[in-house]
Amino acid sequence: MAKVTIDGHLMEVPDGTTILNAARMMAEHHPELSANVPPAMCYYSKLEGSGGKCRTCLVQVTKGSEKDPRPMPKLVASCRTTVMDGMEVQNKLSPQVQDARKGVVEFLLLNHPLDCPVCDQAGECHLQDLGYEHGSQNTRYEFKRRTFEVEDIGDKVKLHMNRCILCYRCVFTANQITEGRVHGIINRGDHAEISTYIHQSIDNDFSGNVIDVCPVGALTDKTFRFKSRVWNTNPYNAHRECTNPKCNGHVVLWMAGNDILRVTARKDQWGEVESFICNECRFDKKSLGDWILEGPRKVDRHSVISGGHYNSLSDKKVLTKSTTFAVMEGSKKD
Amino acid sequence: MSTKLLLDKAHIAGIETFEIYRKEGGYRAAEKALKSMTPDEITEEVKKSGLRGRGGAGFPTGMKWSFLAKPEGVPRYLVCNADESEPGTFKDRFLMEKIPHLLVEGLIVSSFALGANTAYIYIRGEYAWIVHILEKAIAEAKNNGFLGKNILGTGFDLEIHVQRGAGAYICGEETALLESLEGKRGNPRIKPPFPAVKGLYGCPTVVNNVESIAAAVPIVNMTGDEYAKIGLGRSTGTKLISASGNINKPGVYEIVLGLSVEEFLMSDEYCGGMKNGKKLKACVPGGSSVPILPHDLLFKTANGETRLMTYESLSDGGFATGSMLGSGGFIVYDEDQCIVENTYNFTRFYRHESCGQCSPCREGTGWMEKLLWRLDNGQGKMEDIDLLWDIQRKIEGNTICPLGDAASWPVAAAIRHFREEFEWHVTHPKEAMERNYGLRKNIYVAPTTAGA
Ligand SMILES: Cc1cc2nc3c(=O)[nH]c(=O)nc-3n(C[C@H](O)[C@H](O)[C@H](O)COP(=O)(O)O)c2cc1C
Ligand code: SF4
Ligand code: SF4
Ligand code: FES
Repeated sequence: MAKVTIDGHLMEVPDGTTILNAARMMAEHHPELSANVPPAMCYYSKLEGSGGKCRTCLVQVTKGSEKDPRPMPKLVASCRTTVMDGMEVQNKLSPQVQDARKGVVEFLLLNHPLDCPVCDQAGECHLQDLGYEHGSQNTRYEFKRRTFEVEDIGDKVKLHMNRCILCYRCVFTANQITEGRVHGIINRGDHAEISTYIHQSIDNDFSGNVIDVCPVGALTDKTFRFKSRVWNTNPYNAHRECTNPKCNGHVVLWMAGNDILRVTARKDQWGEVESFICNECRFDKKSLGDWILEGPRKVDRHSVISGGHYNSLSDKKVLTKSTTFAVMEGSKKD
Repeated sequence: MSTKLLLDKAHIAGIETFEIYRKEGGYRAAEKALKSMTPDEITEEVKKSGLRGRGGAGFPTGMKWSFLAKPEGVPRYLVCNADESEPGTFKDRFLMEKIPHLLVEGLIVSSFALGANTAYIYIRGEYAWIVHILEKAIAEAKNNGFLGKNILGTGFDLEIHVQRGAGAYICGEETALLESLEGKRGNPRIKPPFPAVKGLYGCPTVVNNVESIAAAVPIVNMTGDEYAKIGLGRSTGTKLISASGNINKPGVYEIVLGLSVEEFLMSDEYCGGMKNGKKLKACVPGGSSVPILPHDLLFKTANGETRLMTYESLSDGGFATGSMLGSGGFIVYDEDQCIVENTYNFTRFYRHESCGQCSPCREGTGWMEKLLWRLDNGQGKMEDIDLLWDIQRKIEGNTICPLGDAASWPVAAAIRHFREEFEWHVTHPKEAMERNYGLRKNIYVAPTTAGA
């Protein structure tokens, strides 16, 4: 076990825990600390090798460990840095971290289209949340944004490359959850893009999970496309006897009246899928008779939409049905 | 004439063949190492030599070797970094072209010291013709019993493979190189784990620059102590410098570390002075990634000491008034060169070469490129200069690999030293399109205490 202090709060965590996960554990024990958890746009606990890329989770290590108390010279990615006994970390308390994070958010939004009003992810988009909490009101970017054509990658998944933040989660998902990855990242730098092998499309039992892991609206469900705004649908927990041995059939149904508009996996408080679901559950079972309803689901992830106005994320409110969406004030010029 | 340890025989006709190389005393170090030394003794000699990595970071080679994990039953690898893509750096090319057997011999000695039975040379894709030169040298060495099974009857086996890159600067970063060598996309890995513990195919690996590996040959021949006597202080031995720009004699020079920068630039033995009698404006002494120095900080440090070609002296004054030896790419600018354009050009390179994993580097380099283009083309605004400063500041130190820093430093240094020239581009947009600004006018007032 290792003792770690994050923003002045001490906790003991198992050896090998990352700083980010230690912060999450603290928040699970003390919900009032959830605002102290560094935001994570690329790390995904269920995906091996994920993290380290987006740099939103940077923190400052002011004391390395009991043995070697020297501070770390640079900010570190909390999702990929393991705690040491006696380590002291600053997240919210460090002006340097806040400044760097603001920079990262600005970088992430630089080329991101402001098409939230027509994006199916709006309302459950991590970049929206992040921009709301850490972003500036105005952009300092005065150039044309980078654009790509919208693409179908498979008959169920739509790719809006303009919105992609290159977190690599979908690549890891395809590697680790599906049988054979047929998409990946081609080119490099700011011209890198998600693409499939020529004439191939994403088509296998678990491919739909790339939609759920995508933190933004780059990968969306074609069967749900433009059907409704997320916040106008009511989420219900439901399950069915799924015959796919790797799927437990536990899902969330997003309903309007008695219509099932969308099926997704269940996500935990950190926005991560609890268990991955198969494509049959996700795309083909859209009638109520297919499912055993468990009851309404509280969406308890912090979100920018809450009761028609933005709440500070620290007084974490529960997002329930029929909330309305407010467009960010002073939205960026395009 | 100064001492040469690597290129002393490079001009002998036929030195690229095994026969002549051997006749000239080649493969003596390999024989000595394999027949009369233990692997640890070789590492010890390299430690004593004080040799520092010649790929850019200057990490002590002997120390790097001693960090290599040695778990039972797990192969170890030596990987030679011949990706050489830093603008201004072309020394490894010269060494491999002219005297390939020196690298092969260096690989034999180093692999033996590290207990590696397989070594790879990862070479920049554009150096296509050098691949043939190296493969020929490797085949000759093998035919003569210096590679393959049971080398010189010592029981030591070694195979060397040459792998061409596919045109990416980032694959020179050691962990991106390993990914690429494994056949994957060349993205730098997140460290730790370091290659010494988990490198190629998950096995302990040492990655060294061509020149570092070649230097193992004279070190074994002359002993580490003797090697350490050459050079100055912690900058021991000789170093290959790629000299380019507005000088009379561009080319690759082997210098003894400790030579003064002024002598290197002005004397006929090396760069031969400024071309066409022009005035010196600035110099990037260690490859495109290191801070640019204005003329008045090149020959003397801010404290008025003579600036020397050593790791320490070139970085004297920190980033405020110093630079770095880096990979030894010495680029000289005369009074007719434009700093804004040069900064744009470097930034364009980094934007193009970023792997795109980290948001600050991926997005920030492109943003800086656009701002610099605008400034260079008389369309910039005064605020752009501060914005550039802020962007580079937010990239630096916040990325997975040092490419982010390498993209930030040249921008920071250009603004730090040549801000007036940037401002002139804004205030005189027409003129800036027609003529160059010339030397900087406000000479930096040196701080009285030496900065870090
Ligand atoms: C973006 C980037 C590019 C690099 N390119 C090279 C290169 O072309 N050749 C090289 O030897 N080292 C290069 N390096 C440094 C290597 O990562 C590594 O430090 C070096 O190969 C170690 O060898 P040395 O200790 O012998 O210098 C590069 C580093 C970075 C961050
Ligand atoms: S498509 Fe989505 S999940 Fe995939 S890399 Fe882009 S943002 Fe990440
Ligand atoms: S700093 Fe740039 S080149 Fe290095 S890993 Fe990050 S994005 Fe890639
Ligand atoms: S979540 Fe840690 S770097 Fe992206």
